[in-house]
Formats: sequence, structure tokens, C-alpha cells
Amino acid sequence: MHRRGVGAGAIAKKKLAEAKYKERGTVLAEDQLAQMSKQLDMFKTNLEEFASKHKQEIRKNPEFRVQFQDMCATIGVDPLASGKGFWSEMLGVGDFYYELGVQIIEVCLALKHRNGGLITLEELHQQVLKGRGKFAQDVSQDDLLRAIKKLKVLGSGFGIIPVGGTYLVQSVPAELNMDHTVVLQLAEKKGYVTVSEIRTSLKWEAERAKQVLEHLLKEGMAWLDTQAAGEPQYWLPALFTELYSQEITPEEAKEAIP
Amino acid sequence: MDRFAWTSGLLELGETLVVQQRGVRLYDGEEKVRFDSGVLLLSTHRLIWRDQKNHECCIAIPLSQVVFIEEQAAGIGKSAKIVVHLHPASSNKEPGPFQSSKYSYIKLSFKEHGQIEFYRRLSEEMTQRRWENMPTGQTIQVNKDPWAGRIRAVGIVGIERKLEEKRKETDKNISEAFEDLSKLMEKAKEMVELSKSIANKIKEKQGDITEDETIRFKSYLLSMGIANPVTRETYGSGTQYHMQLAKQLAGILQTPLEERGGIMSLTEVYCLVNRARGLELLSPEDLVNACKMLESLKLPLRLRIFDSGVMVIELQSHNEEEMVASALETVSEKGSLTADEFAKLVGMSVLLAKERLLLAEKMGHLCRDDSVEGLRFYPNLFLTQS
Repeated sequence: MHRRGVGAGAIAKKKLAEAKYKERGTVLAEDQLAQMSKQLDMFKTNLEEFASKHKQEIRKNPEFRVQFQDMCATIGVDPLASGKGFWSEMLGVGDFYYELGVQIIEVCLALKHRNGGLITLEELHQQVLKGRGKFAQDVSQDDLLRAIKKLKVLGSGFGIIPVGGTYLVQSVPAELNMDHTVVLQLAEKKGYVTVSEIRTSLKWEAERAKQVLEHLLKEGMAWLDTQAAGEPQYWLPALFTELYSQEITPEEAKEAIP
Repeated sequence: MDRFAWTSGLLELGETLVVQQRGVRLYDGEEKVRFDSGVLLLSTHRLIWRDQKNHECCIAIPLSQVVFIEEQAAGIGKSAKIVVHLHPASSNKEPGPFQSSKYSYIKLSFKEHGQIEFYRRLSEEMTQRRWENMPTGQTIQVNKDPWAGRIRAVGIVGIERKLEEKRKETDKNISEAFEDLSKLMEKAKEMVELSKSIANKIKEKQGDITEDETIRFKSYLLSMGIANPVTRETYGSGTQYHMQLAKQLAGILQTPLEERGGIMSLTEVYCLVNRARGLELLSPEDLVNACKMLESLKLPLRLRIFDSGVMVIELQSHNEEEMVASALETVSEKGSLTADEFAKLVGMSVLLAKERLLLAEKMGHLCRDDSVEGLRFYPNLFLTQS
């Protein structure tokens, strides 16, 4: 019976086998890269064909865009990662969302003095549509959300906060933790909130409620109404804009803060 | 309607009922079929229809066959409907009531209402895709045969017919678009798998891969929009493209930076550059990845990230720490300043003004007074008057 080698000779053989495997590994990677290059070219052709037939669908149909985005996400592809990507170049999805990003930044900047850098998705939507003009492509709220998600990477504090049935869009690098978010959600119903309401609904102590409200005041996201009947009310300008239709200048905004 | 298969109507192991609705009629594309009055059930895995008069008559379709759903509002004498766009039937599908169909979509007509709730639940199930986690029975493969069959335009007799035709055409176009999109995504998925396989090879080799191969691979990933699964290099997912972009940016931004005191936030840069380009815009990630390479390429600009996460581009010649000294002077002159006030005085954006004051505070030159009235900065007398 042949005994299997266990000594130094066997170890050396094993090392040699491993080295050869690694070498083969090099060749395999090169092969696969070449294969990927070929497949990439084929894919590009397929995408071009798809674009020639359906590019309009993507431009005109927000529902189709949602489906497209969801499918990409499911397979692990980000069509908006780069303007140099195939998706962007051939389907034009990139330009659509990147331009939207610019418009969102501009609207948020223009209204920041009024709302402290918090705005409802509805208002943002309205303002963006206004800015785009009558003949521009339709833009849905889903489109806005996707554009905002991309803006996060620029580091200026863009974020999305779910409140009630909708979202608040944050555009300043203010730190808003879970406590702040929960109070914003509570305030969403009436546009304002009081310390008692927070204590009743969230079962917090007065101190914790006051800290959160003061932070929002400091950031300019909440305004204090000390003349309300009963106790002071903390209003979120981001939420009461429908009631308050006139434009406010930065000076007026400053005067409104105690 | 050829995607439906006969079924006992009993739920499988792992399958749960989500919602059901009486009084639902089925349509094959635009045409009514004999299934005119039934209970429609939605489970985690399937859409099931059972005849109200004859309980033996029961058909079902797996949710994995569904591409997309849309609502169709009710009209005069017409019930509200849900349009369900479908993948082509697979060749190994169980037998059903129809061997073939001209259409790649069906309609569910809610004669006794209930469409709102049903649509909501169906959307949820389509998002959650619970059938993927709990496979029951056979998995249906997507048929790769191209869809054949077209609607012949019927004679038009009046405006209503015209609109009907137009809507049918739009529905058909959308269905075709979804068919094509599904096929495209299948191919894209193959690319993702291949890239993962290559990434694994690269990981195994741990440094034996050549520079050239890495660069090629990264550019392939960029084209497809696949995240780089390999390493976390200092360049992020920088590629040749980003290097070129960095050099372009250095050219474009020199003057604007000089006009703005040598410093701009990345959001400002994003807007400036894209407004100037008009077409073939940069993605936010493109901009960040290019800026990350500025310093290593020895360009006259650099990317700086403040503690707060705010990202700015500075001229190499710009020295924020020196600017802090002049900021201190300004604050001292006025006694105290908020970021807003300082921004106005100096002619900066509030974002950058705040960062400068925070930096001054970090360096010990300023003290803060944090109250409900806002964040106010004072010269640090603890330091100077000891």
C-alpha cells in the first residue's frame, strides 16, 4: 500500500501546487476581464437598442422611471452613480436627475432663511415645478426623493425625514437625531407642538421636551409663539406655509425669532 | 390570460392570504373573458381568482410573473380597474384556461369596489416580494422567446373610439417597454454577477493584480453603475475619468474660487459646474470622486472636509487658519457675532461663515454662547485676559 507523503517533500509539492493555482488565477482574471469587456460592448448595444425604442417613455412617464429604478436597485446597479455610466449617457436618466439636484439645491437655499433648512416634500415639489416652467418635463415626488438621495454625498446635510404621510427635506448640516425627528412628526399634524403635547404623546419629561424644542429654535426650524392661549406653541415654518402665503424677507424672519 | 393556471385554490405551505375582494371580473388585455364574477384573492405568492357561482373553477398566477401594475379610474358605467402587466408565460407553466393570448397584460375590474385597498396591498406585496423568501412549488422561469402578436387597429368611429384606441396603444407600448426593460435587466444582472466573480478573484490575489487590470476593472464598473466591491482605496472609486475630471475642475474653478475668497462648498461647486455644462452633467458622486483626487494630482485646489461633514474646495493658496485670525478681528470689533451676521458682514455664505467661526472656536480664539436666540460667538477672553 502506498503511503501518502507527509514530510518536507509533500509540503514543497503543496506549495508548488498553490503557486500554480495562483498563477492560473492570474490567467483566469485576465480571461474574465476580457470576457467582461466583450459583454460590456454587447450590453451597450442592447441598451442603445432599448434607448432608441423607449427613451421617450423614461422621459415622459414617472411611473416607468420608478419601475426602472426599482429594477436597477434589485439587481445591484445604480444608474445614477456617474454621468459617465451607460445608463446616463444613453437613456439620459443622468441629466434628468442631476439637473433636478441643482434645482432642489437652489430652492432650498432660497427658502432657508424662512424655514431653517426644513421643507415639506410638497412645497419643494411645487417650487421646483414653478422654477422649471410650463414646458419642462413632468417631475414626480419620487423623482425628487431620488435626486435628494444622490445629493447627500456632497456633505451639505441633505436628508429625508418621514413625517405623517409625507417627508420633510433637510438641507442644512444640522444634527437631527431620533428625538428631534419624533417631535417633528408630532408637530406635523397641526403645524405646531407644545411641551404638554410632547409629554402626553411621547411620555417624556419636560426637560427632554424643552431641550429638543430649543435645539429646533436655535436652528431656525421652529418659531416660538408666546402669545398663544395656554402655553407657548412651537411652530414649524416648514409646515405652515400653506396658511402663510406671503413671502418673508430675511429681516422679517429675524424679527420673528425672540 | 394565458399566464393563468388551474389551481385548487388551497394555499401552499408558507403562503399567506393578504386580502380578498368579491365581484371582480377579469379582462384579457382589453377583452372581457368568461370569468366575469369572482372572488379575487391576493396571497404572498399569487393572485387567485375563484368563480363565485362555481367554486371548482379557480385559476391563479404567480406574483413573480407581474412586471408592473397601474390603476385605471372608474368611468361612466365602467368600474375601476387595476391593469397588471405580465412577463411572458414560461414553457413549463401548469395548464390553464387559455393556451395563448394576444396581450401581455390583464385587467381586474372591481364591480363591487375595493380596488383602492387591493391596489395598495398588491403594491406592498410587489415591493416586499415575500414569495422570494418562501419558495413554494416550482419557480417560474422568465421565457426568453420574444413576444409576438400585435393588436390590429379596429375601425375608428367617433372620438370616444379614437381615445380608446389611443389608450390601448399606450397600454401596449408600456407593456412592450416593460418587456424590453425586463430582458435588459436580465442582461445587466449577468454583468453584476461577472463583476462579483472578478472582484473575488482580485481579493484572492491580494495585491498580485496589476495596476492596469485594476484600472480597467474600475472603468467597467463605472460604465455599468456597479459599486466597487474590492477595496477601499483613498481615491474611492476613482478612475481615469475622474482624474481627467479633476484636472478640468482645476481649470474651471480657479476664477470662481478667487472671486469667492478662495473657498466654496461642494454644493456650490456642483451647481456652478452643472449649470455651465448644460448637458452631460456630473453626478454628485462624480464630483466627489474627482475632488478626492485633487491633492494627489498636485492640482492648485484641494478638497477639505470639516468636522461637521461639510465639504469644501479651497485654493491651495487659501489658508483657512489665517482667515480665522481676521475673523477674530471682525468679531472683536463687533463684540459678538452670529454666523448669519458674520456672513453678511464678510460677504460669505452662511454655511461657510459658520464653519469658519467653528474653526476659530476649535482653535481657541472664540467662545460660544448657545441659547434659544441662536449661536453667538465672542472673542475668547479666557485666553487673552488671564
